[in-house]
Amino acid sequence: MDVRMHVSMVFNLDKCIGCHTCSISCKNIWTDREGTEYMWWNNVETRPGTGYPIKWEDQEKFRGGWEKVNGKLRLKLYKWAGPLERIGALLALFYNPFLPTIDAYYHPWTYAYKHLFDAPYDENNPIQPTAQPISLITGEPVEIKGGPNWDDDLGGSPLYAYNDPNLSKLSEQEREMLFEIERVVFFYLPRICNHCMNAPCVSACPSGAMYKRAEDGIVLVNQNHCRGWRMCVAGCPYKKVYYNWHTGKAEKCILCYPRLESGQAPACFHSCVGRIRYFGVLLYDFEKVEEAAKADLNEIVQKQLDLILDPFDPKVINQAKKNGLTDEIIEYAQKSPVYKFVKKWKLALPLHPEYRTLPMLFYVPPLLPIKANKTGDTYGIDKDLFTTIEKYRLPIEYFANMFTAGNKELMKEVFKKMIALRIYRRAITVGDVDKGVLNEAGFNEEDANEYFYLTSIAKFEDRFVIPTFIREIKVEQLMEPLAYKAKMGFNIRQEAKRGG
Amino acid sequence: MSQFVERLDAEGRMWEDMYRNRWQYDKVVRSTHGVNCTGGCSWMIYVKDGLISWELQATDYPMIDPNIPPYEPRGCPRGISFSWYIYSPIRVKYPYIRTALYNSFQKGLEKYNNPVKAWEYVVKEDDKKYKKARGKGGFKRITWDEVATIISAALIYTIKEYGPDRIVGFTPIPAMSMMSYASGARFLELIGGVAMSFYDWYCDLPTASPQVWGEQTDVAESADWYHSKFIATVGSNVLMTRTPDAHFLVEARHNGTKVVVFSPDYSMVSRHADWWIPVKPGQDAAFWLAVNHVILTEYYYKKQEPYFINYLKQYSDAPMLVILEKQDQNYYPSKYLRASDLEEFQNEENSDWKTLVFDKLTNKITLVPGSIGFKYQKEKGLWNLELVNVKTKEPVDPLLTFIDNYDEIVLVNLPDFVNKKDIQRGCPVKKVVTKTGIKYITTVFDLLNAQLGVNRNLPGEYPKSYNDDLPYTPKWQERFTKISGDTVINFANQWAQTAAKTEGKCCIIIGAGANHWFHSDLIYRSCILALILCGCVGKNGGGLNHYVGQEKVVPVSAWATIAFALDWIRPPRRQNTPSFHYVHSCQWRYDRDSIKMSLPWKNIEYNHAIDYQVKAVRLGWLPFYPQFNVNPIKIVDMAKSDGAKDNNDIINWIVKKIKSKEIKFSIEDPDNPINFPRVWFIWRGNALMSSAKGHEFFLKHYLGTDCNAIAEEADLSNLKEINVVKEAPTGKFDLVIDINFRMDTSALYSDIILPSATWYEKNDLNSTDLHSYIHPLQEAVKPLWESKSDWDIFKFLAKKFSELAKENLPQKVIDVVATPLMHDSPNEITQPVVKDWKYEDIEIIPGKNFPNLAIVERDYHNVYNRYITLGELVSKVGVGAHGLVWKEDDVYEELKELKSIKIGDKVYPSIEEDIDACNAVLWMAPETNGKIALRAFQEEQQKVGLELTDLAKDNVNIRYSFSDLVAKPCRALTSPIWSGITNQKITYTSYHLNILKKVPFRTLTGRQHIYLDHQYYISFGEMLPVYKPRFDYHELGDIVKSHLDPKTTLVLNYLTPHGKWQIHSTYYDNLRMLTLSRGIGGIWISDKDAERVGIKDNDWVEVFNDNGVVVTRAIVSARIPEGVCMIYHSTERTISVPKARNGKRAGGHNSLTRTRVKPLFMVGGYAQLSWDFNYWGPIGVNRDTFVLVRKLEKIEF
Repeated sequence: MDVRMHVSMVFNLDKCIGCHTCSISCKNIWTDREGTEYMWWNNVETRPGTGYPIKWEDQEKFRGGWEKVNGKLRLKLYKWAGPLERIGALLALFYNPFLPTIDAYYHPWTYAYKHLFDAPYDENNPIQPTAQPISLITGEPVEIKGGPNWDDDLGGSPLYAYNDPNLSKLSEQEREMLFEIERVVFFYLPRICNHCMNAPCVSACPSGAMYKRAEDGIVLVNQNHCRGWRMCVAGCPYKKVYYNWHTGKAEKCILCYPRLESGQAPACFHSCVGRIRYFGVLLYDFEKVEEAAKADLNEIVQKQLDLILDPFDPKVINQAKKNGLTDEIIEYAQKSPVYKFVKKWKLALPLHPEYRTLPMLFYVPPLLPIKANKTGDTYGIDKDLFTTIEKYRLPIEYFANMFTAGNKELMKEVFKKMIALRIYRRAITVGDVDKGVLNEAGFNEEDANEYFYLTSIAKFEDRFVIPTFIREIKVEQLMEPLAYKAKMGFNIRQEAKRGG
Repeated sequence: MSQFVERLDAEGRMWEDMYRNRWQYDKVVRSTHGVNCTGGCSWMIYVKDGLISWELQATDYPMIDPNIPPYEPRGCPRGISFSWYIYSPIRVKYPYIRTALYNSFQKGLEKYNNPVKAWEYVVKEDDKKYKKARGKGGFKRITWDEVATIISAALIYTIKEYGPDRIVGFTPIPAMSMMSYASGARFLELIGGVAMSFYDWYCDLPTASPQVWGEQTDVAESADWYHSKFIATVGSNVLMTRTPDAHFLVEARHNGTKVVVFSPDYSMVSRHADWWIPVKPGQDAAFWLAVNHVILTEYYYKKQEPYFINYLKQYSDAPMLVILEKQDQNYYPSKYLRASDLEEFQNEENSDWKTLVFDKLTNKITLVPGSIGFKYQKEKGLWNLELVNVKTKEPVDPLLTFIDNYDEIVLVNLPDFVNKKDIQRGCPVKKVVTKTGIKYITTVFDLLNAQLGVNRNLPGEYPKSYNDDLPYTPKWQERFTKISGDTVINFANQWAQTAAKTEGKCCIIIGAGANHWFHSDLIYRSCILALILCGCVGKNGGGLNHYVGQEKVVPVSAWATIAFALDWIRPPRRQNTPSFHYVHSCQWRYDRDSIKMSLPWKNIEYNHAIDYQVKAVRLGWLPFYPQFNVNPIKIVDMAKSDGAKDNNDIINWIVKKIKSKEIKFSIEDPDNPINFPRVWFIWRGNALMSSAKGHEFFLKHYLGTDCNAIAEEADLSNLKEINVVKEAPTGKFDLVIDINFRMDTSALYSDIILPSATWYEKNDLNSTDLHSYIHPLQEAVKPLWESKSDWDIFKFLAKKFSELAKENLPQKVIDVVATPLMHDSPNEITQPVVKDWKYEDIEIIPGKNFPNLAIVERDYHNVYNRYITLGELVSKVGVGAHGLVWKEDDVYEELKELKSIKIGDKVYPSIEEDIDACNAVLWMAPETNGKIALRAFQEEQQKVGLELTDLAKDNVNIRYSFSDLVAKPCRALTSPIWSGITNQKITYTSYHLNILKKVPFRTLTGRQHIYLDHQYYISFGEMLPVYKPRFDYHELGDIVKSHLDPKTTLVLNYLTPHGKWQIHSTYYDNLRMLTLSRGIGGIWISDKDAERVGIKDNDWVEVFNDNGVVVTRAIVSARIPEGVCMIYHSTERTISVPKARNGKRAGGHNSLTRTRVKPLFMVGGYAQLSWDFNYWGPIGVNRDTFVLVRKLEKIEF
């Protein structure tokens, strides 16, 4: 057992209100520069939908993530090279047809705002001025055909929602039914870098510029070493590494490490108005990572959970200490809300585990309104007090395709618990239903109440349990912290430069 | 797998400082966003290198109750994108003026060498071509000194020539930045100008709220939703528009709360529903009336739910007695039985204003305390909700129904507006000897059962079962709502059972989707009825939560004192804006719908709403400015030269001249230049676009520039009360001044733009009804470029104005101010019956059947001095609101100690700086000064006669100053000005005080009104909540001239709900928001409709009707129902708007709307149906509009 610590996150989609505040806090701080305009390290997608970049989940098109070939893991990107994997990697440097183009993201634009001030009054041909859209890249007038949130709230549903890759196995008729009034539905999927345990972007990088930080698992692109090969962009199946066309380097979500290092939640977590986000650390067994990444798809979720160690287990604690993890880190692992959601209650699931990346961001799926019936043109709803699995507006397999590599039973177990909790709380607060349903769902009252607290009442400090990031120890490797304290900030701020 | 972890040494990781450096900053400052969003979120503004870098939410709200979710973090995507604006290319950095106007003024200046004369030259002598140039570019920079001179000259000229009541100012809802609102309003009131209302004009005012509760709006803070066990949202997209509050709804679900969403489209909030019920647009009343039908049947008739019945008896007018009037052998519901009707009670003071119940214990008609007559009588302490006999103090058990105790069963005629006939339904009655003979009386409850068709085995046209298609059964509503009757029955049962189990923890969150309809009050009353019947109002977790605008100025009494310059001069001139625009922008001339849509029942007086409007002004029901066709500062001289000696003589003289028609109300001849409004200040808002229902008519009749309306005038030949000028005038306004930080549509179309500081560059106060804290706006950086805070802008103008006035208005000025009969004043019990002095031989009595007239002195030389100091009336008269007044003499002295200014030989508290003004408000208000709260409760306690001061005792030592709000959000204190309680763990909910402490509602009966007995309501058949059907497009006047080709064109109901990427028009032009939407405020249409006419997603489309044209892009979606389209409120003409086919620039969302007014909202002098600013009056409805939509192959910018 090789016990290590990893930062980890839970997004509770049942709480997401789709407001995109998270996206903007990130944009304001990190990606408002030339070359980063089109980047949204944090974005929010409407589902069903095709996301950003468009259809990123279609790995036949983008070849992101891993596949298992002959018992070994291989980047899907190298697939076309067949057994000549190494040659494939080399060739891909110079010819990579799987990179998303700017149109798959969108062509960033602004408006000729100044015209509103400057337009002269033309007595012969007077007309009200208006600010036309212009390209942020060329400065020329531009026709807007796509954006980072183009299919928001089912906008353009016949083109986008209908073509959600997770619906691709449904028949045309089944799919059409989903867009009738009895079933029409959407929910939101906020996405950041998953800071995967088995990050394909890191493996794909030919320059050694990408790395996972040993102390916390955060995946970064070294802006001094990156040479702009963009293999990381292609290798990431979530398309969460971006190419900065101004600096010629890749950039990605840094999980706001400067904030984390000072004990603050990442900006997108802080600004999450739906209070859907949880941050904590997990202890995991580094020796089992490879096994989990290679697991059969029907058990890959469970294998990932097996990696995660019980921070209360004396054996784990003992081993953790031997590995140099401090008492404090172990304590934070014990308090971690992520541990509870992911491992203790099995309510949060990884996004597309079939990519074999072992993402460290987990999602609680959304409850949806119950589907209706129609008699003639009259719409009706059954008596049910709350949603039931049988009357879900979206088929369970849709969620299974997203979160369990197709395992529907696992998906149902999660939904069952979520519904049971609501009935249980109703029994306690109103008393017009039976709370017995809790046991059937595999919950005891204590767990249910704790889950209720975390999902409903939790305060800032309950949601974000941030350990020390041992900055003094990191700094110590460079110089005496006292000396560092005296000179910090005197370095010259500089941005990454092309080729530098 | 080791390649996956860091291989770099510490040195190799030094590059990580790049991102660390970006995160560094120099300071953080607490502020918020002064935008009408109801958020009121506390934000931390980050400043780096002396510039604002970004913002993040503050998370230090004091906890209310550890058992409910906390408020943190509050904020939304709009708010967090605000920092983009600060240095953006759409920022107004300098003062601007339209060159054509500037040149004209310069010519005048050259000719006369006097700015006031130069202005006269501009508007009298020169060609006035600048009006045609409005909105078409040609701005030039100008200095502050020069621009202030031009503005002051225009003001002084207008005051001298036409009168100060021709100068108006519009700024939206104050709560979002109170002192910024106050700045312009204070300046205007000091010079005698007019402050225009906003809440009613936006259609945010839920008229049902004054109708039912006598209250403008009062609602629960969002944390209170968490206490609810059944939440129904009605036309309110909580996730989209209450973004920072939405989590309470979501989290309540996890606590076992049921959520049902009523919305025609599958909206954001639908996603969190258990049931999504897509009631057809505007048909919600039908659904809810059927729900009430079921509740009455199951919980009042088949079984009797004791909690409901006890609540209804004590807190509603349901047991109040109503007279049935006999007409042509038929019986009709009529007025409440009043003390004045019976011999026994005729010696009661205010006996016209005291209603009666039938006591079960004594078997007698009995007078209980609480109705409005008790409020204004000499003997205090009887204005409460105790169920006792007023005389004997014996307990009273009022009968809700005579069904077990009647003299007769009588068939009553009730309106059925669907079949346009009367239905006759049996009703148990008692016979009573009144002063006018023997009458049948019944209870409101019995009438309600009859109206709603509750089958109680009575004779008449009652449905036999829920499946009978008669009003108002579950079956009956199906054809309007397209929702099954079973769904209604299930809903009603779950609703009522939850309420019974939890004693009222069911709430309705309702909003613009329901309130923007012509008959919004009927929708609301239908919903409210389900709350009252189940005892949900005034309960934590219950009640009607209407959220549309940020109307709640928490320290309202103190704020209003400064905002309307009540510390110096009273009364202020305040105008209800819907009436103003309906009349002055000539929209009444195009109105052929208002009366038709009102669906009168019987005996109506007029066939056009404008006639009702004129009458409402004449009888003192509504304000109207300009007042008269004579300059009000000349009137006094005229009276004096005619022999008037004192103020009384002057008023009598005016009355005489009105009666003899020598002086006329301006509203009787609004298109005569003598009655035009002349100068318009717009600040903090987008008056020409966002709220401008009938925007294109504004462009034409107000501005005199290009307009896309093709509507023809209605037939105006039979109007009775108004002079119709043959040709409608254009360009009525001489000067439009916009004060703005961004170049929005209003700025683009104004003559002068003054650059204002943003919300991160000024100090101010902010409150909302969505939470109970008060926030500061703060100056994170000084106002940028040449901008100034609103407070400083009007201070600057006041100074320039005062200087110019010394030379150009040298003499003492006496002004006559006409104001209407006010709610919460003795004026509200003046017109028990409508008697019109114009047609009946009765005396005119100002303040009774005619506006109040006041004579005031305007000290034009000291406008600046008065602006910067707090006047002595604070000390002499006190401060108050909602009919309560208390002393502030001690606070006045304390404020002097804080900071003072000496003028002449007198010392005044200083409000020179914005922070000083904020402190004055905080110290004077009961919500922020515990000593004042106690004092206000002592006043209230005297009237009510029950213990109230216990609510204030714990807070007496609390007094917030601006610096306290800066340190952390402060929770407002419990005050009698509001109806909720914020003590300890209590979440604020409306009417909590009324229910808990038996304080009457500010209504006629003192109870919640199910019944409205004003004769107008009877003649329009709206005494009880009823259903009035919607009109189809061909019955309304929006698509008459517009060509409809059914092969290529869709006819769609046009909805403009509040949007996701903007707050009204603010943020609409923000690049962040435009990037996350589609770069344009597109039009949402259903995939099925789109397919029918070949429209594809993102196609350019033309949206048009007789009112105007919009060119935008289609967003095709399965979540939109057929027959409906949506453009989110509100778009701008400034961003990405192509030309329309006529070569002119296409318009914005309000280009397609036109103002329509419902006469029933004009009633006055009648208890809760009495005017107050933003409280009562017609509202700017817009949702009944239809438009045509077709694909555009080519567009041109």
